[in-house]
Amino acid sequence: MRNAEFDPAKHVDHMEHMLGLTIEDAWRPIVIAHMTAIARAGNQVMNVALVDEIEPAPVFLA
Amino acid sequence: MSAPVDLSLVTASKIAAMVRSGEVSATDVVRAALERVDALNPILNAFTDVTRARALEKARAIDAMRARREELPAFAGVPFAVKNLFDITGLPTRAGSLINRAHAPAGHDATLVARLAAAGGVLIGGLNMGEYAYDFTGENAHDGNALNPHDRTRMTGGSSSGAGGAVAAGMVPVALGSDTNGSIRVPASFCGVFGLKPTYGRLSRARTYPFVASLDHVGPMARSVSDLAHSYDIMQGRDPLDSHQAERPIEPTVPKLRAGAEGLRIGVLDDHFAQNGFPEAFAAVNVVAQALGVTATAHLPNAADARAAAFVITAAEGAELHLNRIRVRPQDYDPETRDRFIAGAMVPAVWVQKAQKLRRWFSQAAAKAFECHDVLLAPATPCHAPLSGQKTLMLDGQEVALRPNMGVFTQPISFIGLPVVTVPVWLPDTHLPIGVQIIAAPWREDRALRVAAALEAMGTVKSPVAAIGA
Repeated sequence: MRNAEFDPAKHVDHMEHMLGLTIEDAWRPIVIAHMTAIARAGNQVMNVALVDEIEPAPVFLA
Repeated sequence: MSAPVDLSLVTASKIAAMVRSGEVSATDVVRAALERVDALNPILNAFTDVTRARALEKARAIDAMRARREELPAFAGVPFAVKNLFDITGLPTRAGSLINRAHAPAGHDATLVARLAAAGGVLIGGLNMGEYAYDFTGENAHDGNALNPHDRTRMTGGSSSGAGGAVAAGMVPVALGSDTNGSIRVPASFCGVFGLKPTYGRLSRARTYPFVASLDHVGPMARSVSDLAHSYDIMQGRDPLDSHQAERPIEPTVPKLRAGAEGLRIGVLDDHFAQNGFPEAFAAVNVVAQALGVTATAHLPNAADARAAAFVITAAEGAELHLNRIRVRPQDYDPETRDRFIAGAMVPAVWVQKAQKLRRWFSQAAAKAFECHDVLLAPATPCHAPLSGQKTLMLDGQEVALRPNMGVFTQPISFIGLPVVTVPVWLPDTHLPIGVQIIAAPWREDRALRVAAALEAMGTVKSPVAAIGA
């Protein structure tokens, strides 16, 4: 993953409109800080090498 | 009949024995608990609802059973309380929120409440919690912060904040909490009580308000290992109302407690679990390891990555649950919760899917660790209870946000659903407790409880009722 291209502030701006959310000016820096923290964790997860055959954890049982 | 002893100091098992023998009536037990709640709750803010009429009615029914010489159930007359995300008949299930308290009152008790009540337990009320369980601090913008009974300037931990406070203060001997990333274990650590997070899927979550369905657990908190095991045994069993519960038989743990730690292979987790904390976190683990004669270390690979994956899943799943509400009523959320739900709604799906694959991989890696060890030891929290309102802390020389980092040691463990008993350690020269996680392989709650019971018998861990001044 090329994490250098992920801009949390731009992502928040884009997703706010896509999801129909309202982020007031006072909250925005905090939301961006949380997005930055999640992106850091997401980047860490994406950089773990796993074999293609690994099953995701929650498996639906009919 | 007047109560001959201070019932706030007595364990649930002892209370039930006293009620059975007639040494004390259930009504006196419940009145004493209600009086203690009345006296202490204005100071500690552990309870959000007190079910006084229901409790007294139930106590009178138990006393009537005894008067008729009927056999009393195992938990007869034992007061208990539940985090307010458990349904309580007749009350809205507020889940720490402003929004949910306008919901219709619950028509039924949560399954675990009903099971404890069927065993003679007497529900005293609902307990404070972090909003929608997205919390490690015990702070709540709507109901006020729960305060730590051992030091009211400090956090209880969360999100089962009122549960930790109520048990530590002797308001009830047993309380129920929930744990998604550490919400039983963190307040157990900060409040100096025992906590059991069972294996994922073991206990019914039916009629509890969810947070992250793929990570949510429920379990008891208590001041003795015996009470933890007794209440856990009562609550076991298949519940058709819970589609997520595993198909497991009831596996009683109380009869196994006396086996102690004998024959169990125990290791202290290294790497991620031996850094990222303050000295007290590792000192507490050393105290426990020395008492058990443990010198072996154990390793869970990629634990930091596992924690990151739990963080991503929590953000995304929790946000999906709340998306419609944060669209239309964002101002009605606790700001600490709202801003994380908003960010969580924006998580790319590929991160979540990869996190779920990492979860499977990490579970398999842990299974290998359990080929060499029966029980693993790790800190429960990176430090003693921080001061209320504290926003950051220094970890390994770096200033980091406090809220997410209280789960640094708990998140990798609940991520793969392992059963854990948190035991309270009291280090010299401090009035604050700190917890150690006793971690077992899936479905082996008995082993974690056996080790906890051995430590309690040795006096290495204990949960005294807090001395609360005016």
